[in-house]
Amino acid sequence: MNENYILIYSILKRAIISGTPLLLATLGEIYTERSGVLNLGIEGLMAIGAVTSFGFTLITKNPIFGILIGILFGILLSLIHGFVSITLKGNQTISGLALTMLGIGISGFWGKAYIGKSLSERISEISIPFFEKIPFIGELIFKNDPLVFISWILTILMWFILFKTKYGIIIRSCGENPLASDSMGINVNLVRYYCVAIGGALAGMAGGYLSNVYTPMWIEGMTGGRGWIVIALTIFSLWNPLRAILGAYIFGGIYILQYILQLRYKISPNLLLMLPYIVTLIVLILSYEETVKKKIGAPKFLGEPYQKEEK
Amino acid sequence: MFVIEKRKTFTKVQNFFLIIIFIVLSLIMSSLIFLLRGLNPFFVLTKILTSAFGSFYGIKETITKSIPLILCGTGLVVAFRGKFWNIGAEGQLLIGAVMATWIGLFIGKNLPSYILIPLMFVFGFLGGGVVGLIPAILKVKFNINEVITTLMLNYIIENLISYLVYGPWKGKTQYGFPYTDNLPKNALLPIIKGSRIHYPTLIIGFFVALLIYFLINKTKIGYEIKVVGENPYAARYSGIDFLKVTLVIMLISGGLAGIAGVGELAGIHKHLTYPYQISSGYGYTSIIVAWLSGLNPILVLISSLFFGGILVGGDIIQTTFGFPFATINIFNGLMLFFIAASHFFINYKIKFVKVKYE
Repeated sequence: MNENYILIYSILKRAIISGTPLLLATLGEIYTERSGVLNLGIEGLMAIGAVTSFGFTLITKNPIFGILIGILFGILLSLIHGFVSITLKGNQTISGLALTMLGIGISGFWGKAYIGKSLSERISEISIPFFEKIPFIGELIFKNDPLVFISWILTILMWFILFKTKYGIIIRSCGENPLASDSMGINVNLVRYYCVAIGGALAGMAGGYLSNVYTPMWIEGMTGGRGWIVIALTIFSLWNPLRAILGAYIFGGIYILQYILQLRYKISPNLLLMLPYIVTLIVLILSYEETVKKKIGAPKFLGEPYQKEEK
Repeated sequence: MFVIEKRKTFTKVQNFFLIIIFIVLSLIMSSLIFLLRGLNPFFVLTKILTSAFGSFYGIKETITKSIPLILCGTGLVVAFRGKFWNIGAEGQLLIGAVMATWIGLFIGKNLPSYILIPLMFVFGFLGGGVVGLIPAILKVKFNINEVITTLMLNYIIENLISYLVYGPWKGKTQYGFPYTDNLPKNALLPIIKGSRIHYPTLIIGFFVALLIYFLINKTKIGYEIKVVGENPYAARYSGIDFLKVTLVIMLISGGLAGIAGVGELAGIHKHLTYPYQISSGYGYTSIIVAWLSGLNPILVLISSLFFGGILVGGDIIQTTFGFPFATINIFNGLMLFFIAASHFFINYKIKFVKVKYE
């Protein structure tokens, strides 16, 4: 094994790990937006997921329980956004920003006691027998922590449901043409609530991954804008779960690239920290070109509350 | 039981009371979290409000913190009137601070005050404005959501400042701290004695609010901004130049935040340092300031004063109770939720009706 081999391996491996929270949250946001609700509060949901799951792993010494709590709080908080934007028909952009502020506020308050503590229990890697023996790919793909496998299963499952089943048609129709869905007897608002909750659950899980696996500690502001990158990735994925994998790992790779450029070429870390945000802007421009070429756009009624005709 | 009824009218007085109810509810709900730490929420709340508004010192601090809010908030009123979701006032303010440092410390350090200080304000305006133009162009040309782009620029600018103060601009007289050298005396803003109120910026803020009120309500471009915001379809058919209007909106909005940054740097800090020290989230808080004013530049003056007090309260819960400054985001978030839902409260009323059981 030469040095380059190890370098490439470790880049890819770390790209998967830092891409996983992005993938999870993007999958959720795809469902939320497909149903017609824009949730800009992912940053806040990830923060609340990170702090609650860290806290409960610390107390119960069981990371699985911690992650589940992160998911639960993600759902609870996202339902506030659901209530304001679906039931009260409020402004979804403002409500999403509110969710971000609320999530960051609560997590900062809650996490104060956790600063400087580290987890004794970590989620350990599992490997799939036989396949793990394949050189290079075996270690890279078939030996990971369970949440990485879960994110892959979810990607395929959520793609299948969205494009190959009746439920997928229902979800998409609520975002594309809620009036028609309603006349076919679909409860548009209920579908939207479900999708907001799915988005909240996955964003909470992504937060839990950050504080349990990615950096097993709590730092205020540890989400560091990932929630906003998720919004951009949702656009880049053209609202398709399979494409979300691509985007998430490209960004996962960029987070790793920072360290390599810093070590090898002695570039200032502060300049390199800009990289994900600059790439986000570039990716959004490229996505625009693609949406025009392929004629795929955002769900038509994204961000519009659904209002039944009033007599 | 409660029933929801559609309202027929909604007066200004009702609107005023609605806002008061929002504020009171948000204050009560957010202070409930202190129960979790075993503190009496009303004790904390009283402490916050009395320290912000109840003493001479507190009022001086409240005014100091309201200065950047007035400027950013007025700028955001312009953007939000045109339905341009500028979430980037934070970054635009920080660029203003960078420009003030650049002009005050390097380019114009030998100029007399009466030339140097106006020059710093002009460059602060241009810096913030140019940064504001980026998301404007990206939105009009590439249809890219401005919430994401303005936020990404905030992160980029924060890191740019860290780079400057740790790297090329690091001061030689600052004992190794990541600060630039202090601005020379001729670049510093005068302050009201015994306070931190840098009154030139406050006066600019006051006149800017009046000017923007006039711009929105009495000029052609103000009319065009409103049409673009309220009815983009009509705007297209009536031949309004979208690109031009959006660029003007963001030049003003970003530029005013840039002026606020100059004020913070030359009036308070005197040197460039960590981004989160230069601005304690003024750019984000001013989003709520703008909405709370009902997008009225004159009322921004009042809502800025209120949120200046909230920020002073944020310092108090940090120093007195040991909670992180981010805690005030709980109040800000709740307030913004109420604003998001205000459409509902304006159109409907909730009535309590007694039901007779037989």
